[in-house]
Amino acid sequence: MNEANNKDYWDQVIKPKGKLLDLHIKEVWRYRDLMWLFVKRDFSAQYKQTILGPVWHFIQPIFTTIMFLFVFGKIANIPTDGIQPVLFYMSGITIWNYFSACLNATSNTFVANAGIFGKVYFPRLVLPLSVVLSNIIRFGIQFLLLLSVMIFYGLKNGSFYIGISWLLIPLLVLMMAGLGLGLGIIISALTTKYRDLTVLIGFAVQLLMYATPVAYPLSFIQDKSFAAWIEWNPLSPIVEAFRYALFGKGMLDYTGLLYSGGFICIILFIGMLIFSKVERSFMDTV
Amino acid sequence: MSSIVIRTENISKQYRLGSVGTGSLIHDINRVFYRFRGKEDPYLQIGETNDRSKKGSSKYVWALKDINFEVNQGEVLGIIGRNGAGKSTLLKILSRTTTPTTGSIKIKGRVASLLEVGTGFHPELSGRENIFLNGAILGMTKHEIIKKFDEIVDFAGVERYIDTPVKRYSSGMYVRLAFGVAAHLEPEILVVDEVLAVGDAEFQKKALGKMKDVSSKDGRTVLFVSHNMTAINSLCQKGLLLSNGLILESGPINNVLDTYYNSFRAMRSVEYIGEGPIRKAYIKTSNSGVFSSDELKIVLYFFTEIPIQNIVLGIVIRDHQDTAIVGVNNKHYYSEKLNNTPLSEGEITITIPSISLMPGDYKIDLFLGDSTTDIDIAENALHFTIQETNVNPTSIRLDYRLNKIFLNKIKWDLSTDLLEK
Repeated sequence: MNEANNKDYWDQVIKPKGKLLDLHIKEVWRYRDLMWLFVKRDFSAQYKQTILGPVWHFIQPIFTTIMFLFVFGKIANIPTDGIQPVLFYMSGITIWNYFSACLNATSNTFVANAGIFGKVYFPRLVLPLSVVLSNIIRFGIQFLLLLSVMIFYGLKNGSFYIGISWLLIPLLVLMMAGLGLGLGIIISALTTKYRDLTVLIGFAVQLLMYATPVAYPLSFIQDKSFAAWIEWNPLSPIVEAFRYALFGKGMLDYTGLLYSGGFICIILFIGMLIFSKVERSFMDTV
Repeated sequence: MSSIVIRTENISKQYRLGSVGTGSLIHDINRVFYRFRGKEDPYLQIGETNDRSKKGSSKYVWALKDINFEVNQGEVLGIIGRNGAGKSTLLKILSRTTTPTTGSIKIKGRVASLLEVGTGFHPELSGRENIFLNGAILGMTKHEIIKKFDEIVDFAGVERYIDTPVKRYSSGMYVRLAFGVAAHLEPEILVVDEVLAVGDAEFQKKALGKMKDVSSKDGRTVLFVSHNMTAINSLCQKGLLLSNGLILESGPINNVLDTYYNSFRAMRSVEYIGEGPIRKAYIKTSNSGVFSSDELKIVLYFFTEIPIQNIVLGIVIRDHQDTAIVGVNNKHYYSEKLNNTPLSEGEITITIPSISLMPGDYKIDLFLGDSTTDIDIAENALHFTIQETNVNPTSIRLDYRLNKIFLNKIKWDLSTDLLEK
């Protein structure tokens, strides 16, 4: 078998150690049908045997908005940058929900899917990507809710803002997806052997929301001593920019967005690096 | 024509025993420290061979050690070995769900692994949705699945339920559907683990037939792990026998199967130790294993405070389903008396000159008593296996479903005298 010694003869070589960054992008593309089916599965299985079905997607942001309206609006009396309070809170919650859902679900990738991963090979990246996609649909539904509430208030007050800044929204959603995915896969890769981070992530995401201007505007804390902490949070410019894009009020912080963008790129790169290292043999330790 | 499609070179796989915790963190740190200084991983050197029944001194074991083999295109390779021999680890590495610790595998063609049927089935989704999901997980594209959809449903025979959530399926239907999807995969190399152990007899036959087609008609390569030696024998041309992570034998399937049976022969020496009057019992055979129509001896040592007169010793032999097959004591045989004077200690040997049982696992209950009552009962005391072998007393294997006992030396004589008269 002379040809068998030829390097190009083999389609695949399984070795203990792979390349440093080997994400099988080609393979991920070949498995795009699977990605789409995972999205469909997540979506249709979640509300099976419920009466309200997808209506549940509306209920969570509505109730959170009401809660914020009371606690932050009425009790703490925090201003909302001149934006109608209901819209202020709901817009913050909608974009935040997308980030936290992406992070929570992707950080579980290896542990939750160990059953499938242990039995059959497909590019592991398909799963976290499908999570981000199915959450985009969920975000879309909640965004529609936000839009209808905006139209409602627009008709009531006789003014409705539509501007060029709306074009920013897809970019902001993409940034949230990148950050959620990046952090999520780092955590998922780190939790395959030691589960300590799983415990942390449960409440860390909740706490992080308070360190992000979701329930208050950035302008409100600008002169406080801890303002720097909130400003260094790469999520802050995104949430603020989301509101600017929607309502056209306030200032767009370009430097902040650039900082967030750079941060996301670094996180995504580190995430991919760790992920591609761990995905090869995590089955032994999970 | 027969080109090599899989070649493994010295693959080994090490596992760490025990649980993950602070101890393993210290090892991890140590490992990083060693790598930093440019030395070899210190824990790779200390692994022991993987014998699960013996206590080892190291926390690391080699589930596989220096495995080398080649598979040609269109071949069906049967991988056999006892529990824990490393079969599943090998399949896992081949199907890329884990990586080897050392060594490499070269593969030509697409590999689909079937380590479990119904991987990724979601109970809430309908049969239709699950066919698509499972098919995609196994590597089919949507287009391929649509093309095969009717065939899959037909193979599984679940047309009526196709839009019902699979959690409402009977377990048989579930397995049929799952195997149906897997059977319609079209990879160049198919890796199959013990999936035929499910489903009813008709379905198993169907599944086996499908596997045969895959290799003989379509010329695809199959790697097949099973404990069902009849299936292995009928499907595979070549075999690979693993034992404690090492290759014990490889080559033509008949040679491999023979080695496999012989490895069992050496293993069986089951003993019973009791607290009661039946102190000790064991099985003694001329060889170290038992075949149909071999001699089987059961030796029993007893000790009692009150001496027994007219000792009665009974045995009940049960098959693997716990059905009693034989129940005899020495009274049944011409009221044969073992002793007239009371005895409080002694050794009794029961000799069965020709054990007329079919291959399989059997258990023995022991009953010790006097002529009226049982003094001690040792249920499930001894186990033995009648070995299946290629050198059966019959020229071909007997059908298990028809034969519960083995009748030795039946003669068929044809006489033509009558016709002449």
